Amino acid sequence: MRDFSYLRADSIEAARNAAALPGAMLLAGGTTLVDLAKCGVAEPATVIDISHIEGLSAIDVTADRAIIGALARMSHIADNPQVKSLFPAVSEALWQAASAQLRNMATIGGNLMQRTRCPYFRDPANFHACNKRAPGSGCSAIGGVTRGHAVLGVSEACIATYPGDLAVALVAFDAEVDLGERKLKVEDFFLAPGATAEQEHDIRPGEVITAIEIPGSAAARRSTYIKVRDRQSYEFAAASAAVGLELEGDGRTIRDIRVALGGVATKPWRARAVEDALKGKALDGDIVRKASELAMEGAVHHGANQYKIALAPRVIARAILKLGETA
Amino acid sequence: MTSQIHTGQTIIDPPEDGHFRNGTASNGLAPSPTTLSLHLTINGRDHALEIEPRVTLLDALRERLHLTGTKKGCDQGQCGACTVHVNGERVLACLTLAAQVEGREITTIEGLAGEDGTLNAVQAAFLEQDAFQCGYCTPGQIMSAVACIREGHAGSDKEIREYMAGNLCRCGAYPNIVAAVRQAAQELRT
Repeated sequence: MRDFSYLRADSIEAARNAAALPGAMLLAGGTTLVDLAKCGVAEPATVIDISHIEGLSAIDVTADRAIIGALARMSHIADNPQVKSLFPAVSEALWQAASAQLRNMATIGGNLMQRTRCPYFRDPANFHACNKRAPGSGCSAIGGVTRGHAVLGVSEACIATYPGDLAVALVAFDAEVDLGERKLKVEDFFLAPGATAEQEHDIRPGEVITAIEIPGSAAARRSTYIKVRDRQSYEFAAASAAVGLELEGDGRTIRDIRVALGGVATKPWRARAVEDALKGKALDGDIVRKASELAMEGAVHHGANQYKIALAPRVIARAILKLGETA
Repeated sequence: MTSQIHTGQTIIDPPEDGHFRNGTASNGLAPSPTTLSLHLTINGRDHALEIEPRVTLLDALRERLHLTGTKKGCDQGQCGACTVHVNGERVLACLTLAAQVEGREITTIEGLAGEDGTLNAVQAAFLEQDAFQCGYCTPGQIMSAVACIREGHAGSDKEIREYMAGNLCRCGAYPNIVAAVRQAAQELRT
């Protein structure tokens, strides 16, 4: 790991000033930054430790909305009783992510800044070509081992999968990220690679995430996160789905539905085609399974990741039908 | 407030606001890393250290303070061998910068037994259940188990397996590890 200067910020203002320094990177839980510095992917000149800033870790939940401070840690949000009852998919996405130790370290702001687990991105010593690391250098994954790579939102520049769970639930429920001067939808905060794979987030030098805000809804209250993976725990998703459901008074007609996907796309992926196809329809196994396949419209595989195109709709359908059973 | 870069002992203006704990000198646009003077509280004892900013808590413990009970397995946050407690919560020392935990209470495997050598209930249960083979992952397993029980995540074997998933055991001692955590959780509950 290349050495760096270390600064400790004790206020948001100080963090913003320092974040604008050339080569500065923010350190919260450290689970991404220290890891990537060891891989030689992140080479900060200055590390700005924001983890000592007070007043940024509150978890404030009402039926109307949840406001979660950027330094709230994953474990605390997952175990929060109000998050569990009013936003169950958020809690489930969190406790199924990483390990207990990592969840104690990682903050919700840092979680949004998590980088891809693409093995080519993480291995600059052996793979020079990576448009995410070195724009214009090419993509080692295309033509390489692609079992974990994305099938949605890919480009000729990059097929790296967005690895996180939490943001998938956030995107499903229209959460916003608060950057101080501006707020934007979490869905818009993440950028698909296009021709600029190096830009993963809509965040500018000097901006610091201060909070996440999630609007409350009936669909958020009746929600779940299903994660399918190679091993049962402590593993990234092969495919995952955050789903929320609201039924009409008849108990079987779908009034509102939210569907977002993880493990298959280059960013947390909202599946609006599935939602649109199901609104006003009966909650029926065949209808749900058929509509779930719409999530894969435009999917592009690179060989070994083709299975995700079959798997993801099944995960969506399972999540929707599971919610239907828990009336 | 504008940020300015200075040479000398401070990087950011205005330092008089006390916004920064700045242990580094700088030389213009590329601040040069130097050593930090740190005070770490480990197992209730204060330790003074002069280290580079990049030094992890794991390396500080093992290489500088010779507290080698905390193990280095993967050194990239994937195995759990380096699990320690910071303010009573389990974390990975390999992904924690030593500088970051100044002012926080750190507990390692060396700090678990009583002053008189009486083993912690989890340590005793690991012995009784033979919850290890080579023993390399054991300090991390035990530190993780102590926290797992304290968090209230040891209510069933299924829950123990889920919440101990961050500690890998290459010998595959998992059934006995689950038994040890179950036993210790029961003892601590009564």
